[in-house]
Amino acid sequence: MKRFISAICVLAFIGLGVFFWITRPHTLPADALTGLTADVDHGETVFHAAGCASCHTAPNAESTDAPVLSGGQRFPSDFGTFLAPNISSDATQGIGDWSALDLANAMLRGVSPEGAHYYPAFPYASYIRMQPQDVVDLHAYLATLPASDTASQPHEVGFPFNIRRSVGGWKWLYLDDSWVMPAETAQLERGRYLVEAMGHCGECHTPRGALGAMDRTAWLSGAPDPSGKGNIPDITPASLTWSDADITYYFETGFTPDFDSAGGHMAQVVENLSKLTAQDREAVTAYLKALP
Amino acid sequence: MKRTIALATAALTLVGSAVFADGHIDNAIKARQAQMQLYAFSLGTLGGMAKGQIEYNAEAAQAAADNLAAVTMLHPAAFWPQGSDSASNANSKAKADMWSNYGDVQAKGMALGEAAAGMKAAAGTDLEALRGAIGPVGAACQACHKAYRESNN
Ligand code: HEC
Ligand code: HEC
Ligand code: HEC
Repeated sequence: MKRFISAICVLAFIGLGVFFWITRPHTLPADALTGLTADVDHGETVFHAAGCASCHTAPNAESTDAPVLSGGQRFPSDFGTFLAPNISSDATQGIGDWSALDLANAMLRGVSPEGAHYYPAFPYASYIRMQPQDVVDLHAYLATLPASDTASQPHEVGFPFNIRRSVGGWKWLYLDDSWVMPAETAQLERGRYLVEAMGHCGECHTPRGALGAMDRTAWLSGAPDPSGKGNIPDITPASLTWSDADITYYFETGFTPDFDSAGGHMAQVVENLSKLTAQDREAVTAYLKALP
Repeated sequence: MKRTIALATAALTLVGSAVFADGHIDNAIKARQAQMQLYAFSLGTLGGMAKGQIEYNAEAAQAAADNLAAVTMLHPAAFWPQGSDSASNANSKAKADMWSNYGDVQAKGMALGEAAAGMKAAAGTDLEALRGAIGPVGAACQACHKAYRESNN
């Protein structure tokens, strides 16, 4: 019996060790960004393509050229409600004192400067596919936006999801930086980068499994709205039968082929896409049309 | 125009609660959705020309722009009775927030009025002018849908 108990203890100890090994935060190597210099103008394009303002401006903020990223929007999920933090250039309440590497660890690894895991409500499961150069450019652009001293609000998440360490297990199971779709041409490659990495379209348009991971086998095929009301549409060619020109025009103006105008969260996405070049919008359309 | 909207907003606050029976609420929802469909219909002509799917024709463009502008002038109060939001009525996609933000809804309605007036002034000139005027119209529709309309599906 004693032998048995000590065996259990050893096993439990190994189990705990495995847990801590699996759930430990993985950061980028310290020299991941060396040699990269920032291009602020390009950083603005990355900012729009990645849609940071959609989540990090105050609730119901009007769109402006210099958005105040003071946070406060609420994101309901099956695990509780997440509140977007202040990521303005304020050094105390925002991220004004962050290095480019801090931002890269947040966006490409989902790890905070203190080494804690972020929740995937921050769509790093998509941003993980971004180029480090784009993060460096974005970091420089964020510094040009106004500071706000509004404090970030705590998330409203219950046990066990309030233990950030457990997110490590989720990441170990699901975080995957590989591309979902092949891309044979330069245009499809650009479209894929805009959709799968920066635009994080899958975060809304792809159904999720029990633990909230995007189901890659049902990529962009539509999902229930996380607010609990209605559905987010299927945008694979099976359902999205609009012409190429109509889809691209929708991304520019928000007008559907019937001249209804996009609503809800997609209106924010259109606002971002409308600030990109016409070639970029065409690349997104080409990517969608090439989906199975 | 500003006067009408100010009056309308005042009325909207007054119309309030139990003045209408349910049937009236359903009809009011249908009426405002029809108003929205009229916007979309006029934009079908203007946007079709802007996209190059319909050949530009100054007269047709002007007529569509006149209609669009005319529909923005409708007195809104009766279309938006209290209790006709999406939480209270399954036929509506209007968020309840609309009824607690009159000032903002009014501003968004005025923004559309101004954009439509801009289109009215531009549409008959030439295709370039029409194309320049459609962006602000789209932005005005979208700004209100983003804030106050539930998702489509
Ligand atoms: C879908 C909504 C969403 C989008 C889009 C989004 N974020 Fe966030 N972000 C969040 C949420 C929610 C959190 C909180 C995560 C947590 O606390 O674990 C967060 C956290 C962060 C943090 C950590 C802040 C801190 O104080 O630790 C940074 C930095 C950040 N986001 C930057 C960005 C940037 C840059 C972009 C655009 C490239 C972006 N976010 C886009 C929702 C979003
Ligand atoms: C002041 C706010 C506001 C503005 C401006 C606005 N809309 Fe709407 N729209 C709404 C709301 C709210 C609904 C949902 C109404 C409902 O279902 O009760 C809606 C619904 C619609 C619908 C669906 C109607 C239906 O049959 O269910 C269409 C189409 C539409 N809008 C087109 C437009 C177009 C095009 C414009 C610009 C020319 C526009 N809207 C401007 C608020 C607005
Ligand atoms: C924050 C959630 C969200 C994100 C991110 C998002 N979408 Fe959407 N999308 C929606 C919603 C909601 C609708 C329905 C719009 C409506 O009700 O008017 C929609 C509608 C669409 C439509 C129209 C489909 C139809 O049948 O009406 C297309 C096309 C589309 N999205 C493409 C994209 C692309 C491409 C991206 C990435 C660049 C993207 N979406 C990112 C939520 C999102």
